[in-house]
Amino acid sequence: MNKTVNQKAWFLVLPVLVLVAFSAVIPLMTVVNYSVQDSFGDNVFFWAGLEWFRDMLQSERMWNALGRQLLFSAIILAIQIPLGIFVALNMPKKGVWASVCLVLMSLPLLIPWNVVGTIWQIFGRVDIGLLGHTLDALGIPYNYTQNTLAAWITVVVMDVWHWTSLVALLAYAGLQSIPDAYYQAAKIDQASRWKVFRYIELPKMAGVLMIAILLRFMDSFMIYTEPFVVTGGGPGNATTFLSIDLVKMALGQFDLGPAAAFSIMYFLTILLISWVFYTVMTNLDRQEGPQ
Amino acid sequence: MLDWMAWTWPTAAFFAVIAGLLVTMTVLAIKYPETPRVGILRIETTRGDRLFITLLGSAFINLIWLGLEIGPQPYALIACLAYAVAVFRYV
Repeated sequence: MNKTVNQKAWFLVLPVLVLVAFSAVIPLMTVVNYSVQDSFGDNVFFWAGLEWFRDMLQSERMWNALGRQLLFSAIILAIQIPLGIFVALNMPKKGVWASVCLVLMSLPLLIPWNVVGTIWQIFGRVDIGLLGHTLDALGIPYNYTQNTLAAWITVVVMDVWHWTSLVALLAYAGLQSIPDAYYQAAKIDQASRWKVFRYIELPKMAGVLMIAILLRFMDSFMIYTEPFVVTGGGPGNATTFLSIDLVKMALGQFDLGPAAAFSIMYFLTILLISWVFYTVMTNLDRQEGPQ
Repeated sequence: MLDWMAWTWPTAAFFAVIAGLLVTMTVLAIKYPETPRVGILRIETTRGDRLFITLLGSAFINLIWLGLEIGPQPYALIACLAYAVAVFRYV
């Protein structure tokens, strides 16, 4: 059989190539160029070599922001993944209530980041917010603008509220794809609820859970808008995560060189973690394939 | 356009080398197609994958070299080259 060769199809990729070039490749190249130079504005640049990278690697400020960022992502994953699975396991499998649940679960996902931030910023205020005022009336000291712990709890709870449903929906999709025969077999073997979860549901959900972990990790690792709106990185630097610190450095202080060096290291870290996740995911699929 | 991108010769050379590597890899892939293989990481890799692992690893080798002040920066390239050979041979 002769295979038809039609190279014209390559032209259909061109629009995407141009889009990616202008939205990702060219800005990234510019950041690399900035990272080895110094500028005081007016498009005038001075060669600085690796100075900014050295500065950033020795900067306590960056390591502290990275520490806070990793802690935040770890907390987020530790809460959202088990909670999402728990919610998915308890959602109705079919009927009207299944649809109602699905709609309710997807609502927080549809709200823009800055709106979520504003909702929680007002919700938590001691003077007019329902949550802040109630806690204050109950005698529980809660002020996210002054207390580090309160600020962290607010930011974490906000993220859990916003994104747990994504994990729940993904886990639910994984659960729905398990044929009834598996459950019937488990019933015949008189398997306990825990064993059904451990040996049927969890392995069948592994693929979508990896996607959920990857998405939640990346998203929490790059979080900017919500904590910026709620706490503005405060009190002090308590909730200044990597991206907030980066924006402060690049736009607040106009330190383009250090900020560019910082961005490249941030980008490389994300690239490395994404690659590890991607590799693990594709290899999981490959191992599951032949069964 | 090139003005606002603030190009310098070293960064231009850096990107030219990466572009050159990508073009070489594409030509190689067309001329000598290959099947993926499984190396010491026990993951399937093609030449392109190994190039990616090499480039990403080299970036971190350079950062570690700079951060720990191991020596003059150009020498980090020797470590990167050794790493590249190891990746293309064993991964």
